[in-house]
Amino acid sequence: MNAISKPKLVAGQLFMNLTAATLSFLAKMLCGAKIRWRDSQPDTCQRIYFANHTSHLDAIVLWSSLPREVRNLTRAVAARDYWDSGMVRRHLTKALNLLLIDRQDISVRRSPIQLMLNEIGDTHSLIVFPEGGRSRTGDLGEFKSGLYYLSKKRPELELMPVYMDNMNRVLPRGEFLPVPLLSCITIGSPIWLEPGESKTDFLQRARHSVLQLKEEE
Amino acid sequence: MPGWMGQHFMLIAEAVDEPVRTNYARLFFIITVIVVLVILFGIGRLLKGQPESFIDPAIVRNFNKRITTWLAMTTILTAALLFSKTTIVVVFFLLSFWALREYITMTPTRRADHRTLFWAFILFTPLQYVLVGMGREIEFRMFDSTFDAYQLYSIMIPVYASLFIPFRTALSGDDRRFLERIAKIQFGLLVCVYALSYAPALLYMKLNYWNPENGQLEPWKYSNVGLLFYFIVIVQVNDVMQFIWDKMVGRKVIAPTINSTRTWEGFFGAAVCTSLVGMLIPVVFSDRITPFQWFGSGCMALVISVMGFAGSITMSAIKRDRGVNDYGTLVTGHAGVLDRIDSICFAAPVFYHVTRVFLEIKPSVESAGASETAQRLLQF
Repeated sequence: MNAISKPKLVAGQLFMNLTAATLSFLAKMLCGAKIRWRDSQPDTCQRIYFANHTSHLDAIVLWSSLPREVRNLTRAVAARDYWDSGMVRRHLTKALNLLLIDRQDISVRRSPIQLMLNEIGDTHSLIVFPEGGRSRTGDLGEFKSGLYYLSKKRPELELMPVYMDNMNRVLPRGEFLPVPLLSCITIGSPIWLEPGESKTDFLQRARHSVLQLKEEE
Repeated sequence: MPGWMGQHFMLIAEAVDEPVRTNYARLFFIITVIVVLVILFGIGRLLKGQPESFIDPAIVRNFNKRITTWLAMTTILTAALLFSKTTIVVVFFLLSFWALREYITMTPTRRADHRTLFWAFILFTPLQYVLVGMGREIEFRMFDSTFDAYQLYSIMIPVYASLFIPFRTALSGDDRRFLERIAKIQFGLLVCVYALSYAPALLYMKLNYWNPENGQLEPWKYSNVGLLFYFIVIVQVNDVMQFIWDKMVGRKVIAPTINSTRTWEGFFGAAVCTSLVGMLIPVVFSDRITPFQWFGSGCMALVISVMGFAGSITMSAIKRDRGVNDYGTLVTGHAGVLDRIDSICFAAPVFYHVTRVFLEIKPSVESAGASETAQRLLQF
C-alpha cells in the first residue's frame, strides 16, 4: 500500500509546489510587487498579517511576496463559497495552502475564529483581511471584529499591519482582466491587544496602523 | 562559418543575406565602448572612497548610477546582438513594457480607464513590436505580393490606437476629466512604445551610403547592428557630456522650475562634444559601423544630442507635475527604467526618419503586384 501511494504523493506534491512557484512568479511579474518592511523584520514566528482588501489578487500577491521560509508557514484566509468550487480553484486552494472559511454558515459551534486557531496550531501564521470583503472605492473600510477575537484568544500573536498600494488599479472589483501596473506592499511594526482594551478601541487602533502606512507612502 | 551560424551570431558575422564574413571594425567598436565603460566604472569606484572636501558625494553617486546602468544596458544589448535581430526586438519590447507600466503607475487614472489600459498593455504594446520584428519585406504567397510592415507600424499607434483609446474610454461612461485622461494614455503609448520601437526598427532598414570615390550613392554592404549600437552610444555620450558640462561650467539654468540642473552651457557644450565624437567614429572605424561619412555622422550626432535633451526635459516636466524626483522613487526598489531611456525615446524616431529620408533604399514593394491583386479582387 505504502509502496504504491508514495510516488503518487511525491508527484502530487511536486505539482503543488510547481503551481505555487508559477503563481508566485506570475503574481510578481503582473503586479511588480515589492515588499517593504518598515520598523519590522521578516520572521518565522507566529504572526497575523492584516491587510486592506481591494482586489482578488491581494492574498496571492501578499503570500508570494513573503520570503520562502515565512511563506511556507503562512496561510491566507479565504472564502469557501468562492474557492471550493471547480477543479482549478480547488487545486489552487491546495497549492497556496489557503484556509477556507464558510461565510454563510457561522454559528457558535462552528466559529471561524476557533477554526483558524485550530488550523494554525502553534507553528503557522495567518493572512486576514479584516474589512471582510473587497473595498469598492479603494479606501480602507471599517474592520470587522474577527481580529479582536483572534487576538483575545491568542494575545501573544504578533499582529502585523499591511498596506497594499495600487492593487485596486491592477485588478479592481468587478473586472476580470488585470492591468500590469507596479504595486507596493508595506508591512509595519506589530501591535498587540492591550490588557483591558475595548473592542472598538482596538479595532480603531488596528485600522489606524494600516492607514498610517498608507500616509507614509 | 556556415550560413545558419551567421544568422545567429550577428555580432561577429554579417547580416543574413550577405556572404558571411567577420566584421572586425564593429567588434573593435563594441569592445572599445565596453572598455571605456569599465574604466569609467573603475574611476567611479575610486571616487567613492574620496573625502567630501575633494568631490561632492552626491555627484559621485549620480555618476556611478549612470555608469552602472549603461554597463548593464550595453552588456544586455551586446548579448542580444550575439543572437538575432528578433532577440533585440524582444529586449526593447521588455523595456517598453516596463517603461509604460512605470509611466501609468505614476499617472493617476480613474476606475473607468481600466479596460482602455488593458488594451494598451496587452494589445498595442506587443503588436507594435511584432510588426517591427516582422521586417520590411513580408511575402504573401497567396496574393503574390510583398508587404512592408513599416506601412503599418509607423501609423498603428498614431492612427489606430489614438482613435481607439478615446472611443473605448467613452464607452466606459465616465466623463470626468475625459480629455485629460485620454491624453495621458495616448502620450504614454506614444513615448514609451511607439517612439522607442524605432530603435530596433533601425535593424530592418536597407541603406545606401555615399561613396566618396565616385560621389555616388551605393548600397551599404554591412548589417545595421552597428547602426543601432552607434545610436545608443551617441545617446549615452550626449547624456554624460551634458552631465559633465552642467557640473563644470553650467551657469544659466534653462527652465529652473522643470529641471534645476540643465543649463544652456551644458546643452551647447554637449551638442558640440557629441558632434565631435560622432565625426570621430567613421574616421576611426571606417564606414563599417554606420553608412555615414564624417560630416553626416556629425550632423546625426547633433540631431541625437538635441532630441536627447528634449526628451529629458519633457520627461522632467511630467515628473514635476506628478511631484516625484525620478520614476524610480515612485515605487521604492524599482529601478526607474523611464529615467534611463527618456533621451532614447525622443531621439530614436527622429534618427530613424532622418536616416530614412537621406539614405534608405525603398523596399521593393511590388506595387504592380499589389494593384494586380486589387484588380483581381474587383473582378468578382
